Amino acid sequence: MKLTQSPTFRAFSEPLAKNNPVFIQSLGICSALAVTVQLNTAIVMALAMTFVTAFSSLTISAMRNVIPRNVRMIVELSVIASLVILADEVLRAFFYDISKQLSVFVGLIITNCIVMGRAETYALGNPPLRSFMDGLGNGAGYGLVLVTVAFIRELLGAGKLFGFSVVPQAFYDHGYLNMGFMQLAPAAFIIIGLLVWLQKSLMKG
Amino acid sequence: MDMENLIGLFLNSVFVGNILLSYFLGMCSFVAVSKNMDTAIGLGFAVVFVLSITAPVNWLVFQYLLSPGALRWAGLESIDLSFLKLITFIAVIAAIVQMVEMVIDRYSPALYMALGVFLPLIAVNCAILGASLFMVERNYTFIETVVFGFGAGVGWLMAIVSMAAIRIKMRYANLPEGLEGFGITMIMTGLMAMGFMLFSGITL
Repeated sequence: MKLTQSPTFRAFSEPLAKNNPVFIQSLGICSALAVTVQLNTAIVMALAMTFVTAFSSLTISAMRNVIPRNVRMIVELSVIASLVILADEVLRAFFYDISKQLSVFVGLIITNCIVMGRAETYALGNPPLRSFMDGLGNGAGYGLVLVTVAFIRELLGAGKLFGFSVVPQAFYDHGYLNMGFMQLAPAAFIIIGLLVWLQKSLMKG
Repeated sequence: MDMENLIGLFLNSVFVGNILLSYFLGMCSFVAVSKNMDTAIGLGFAVVFVLSITAPVNWLVFQYLLSPGALRWAGLESIDLSFLKLITFIAVIAAIVQMVEMVIDRYSPALYMALGVFLPLIAVNCAILGASLFMVERNYTFIETVVFGFGAGVGWLMAIVSMAAIRIKMRYANLPEGLEGFGITMIMTGLMAMGFMLFSGITL
């Protein structure tokens, strides 16, 4: 069996595009948009999210045979919350500035539907390694959307990428202007809407 | 805190600082539930109800148990438990939702019929946890927290009900292929967010 056909690999690769958590399952939009004004924050958020999804799926899947059915929500929530606190404390210790910009949104990973959704629908019924890859894939699929939106918003809104100016001064001299609208909340909604349209049209073909 | 500022805070949390349209909280249930008018209204009121209770309760928990030096009344001056706020808040929210459900079930069957199915959903709605975290982040006083919690709920209710109304009309629209459903909902939400932002010029 080829590597790309194995269930473990598919668990990782499918959520990247074909079954993207944001575009197709429309989960996890809550925080996906708020941190996308700059690429820096978007990438850190994507990493934090991937970490939490992957390891919560791994942990819950490893415990799946001992979790009583009717208290599973509480067990899942406490696993997820512990991982989020870990991620939050690490960010606070090593990336203080970015953690200030992300403000409450790292904490809100707890209630992000992707993490809970993967734990409920996948990790409870699959072996640990596959669940880990599934979590990794979903985190990465979410991160991909986040980074794309942040790329568009930072480039058009501030003329920068990662905080460095990329639009040449000559453009501004000839009357090019940054699109301030891109920095505001409504732009994020509209970009996601258009990206969903693009993705659906591409998948069809 | 005088009355004028409180009214300003309320209007701000309903319109300009709308928890859904400018902080993107509670999107998942917003997209899923706004397909139908009745359920949108039901969930909207349940969110107002739960937010108005959980925000003040979490304020008390944070001030008297978790914030740095909060355990002064127990003689434990140097203890800082604020890193536990995420897990405590979510536990408090889950417990309150459960309790509210039981109380409504006992005393008001009609209200239970209307809101009952939405209450469990609400425990994992990001808007509820988000409001509690914002109140810590912005150092609100108790009164401000009460007003903010209620205002955030009303803002969310308005957003989901207007969206449900728009989506009823959208059923008759002839949309390009691939844009129907989630795509157009997000674009409409963006346009609505622009509308709500127009209030930002108003100061009291």
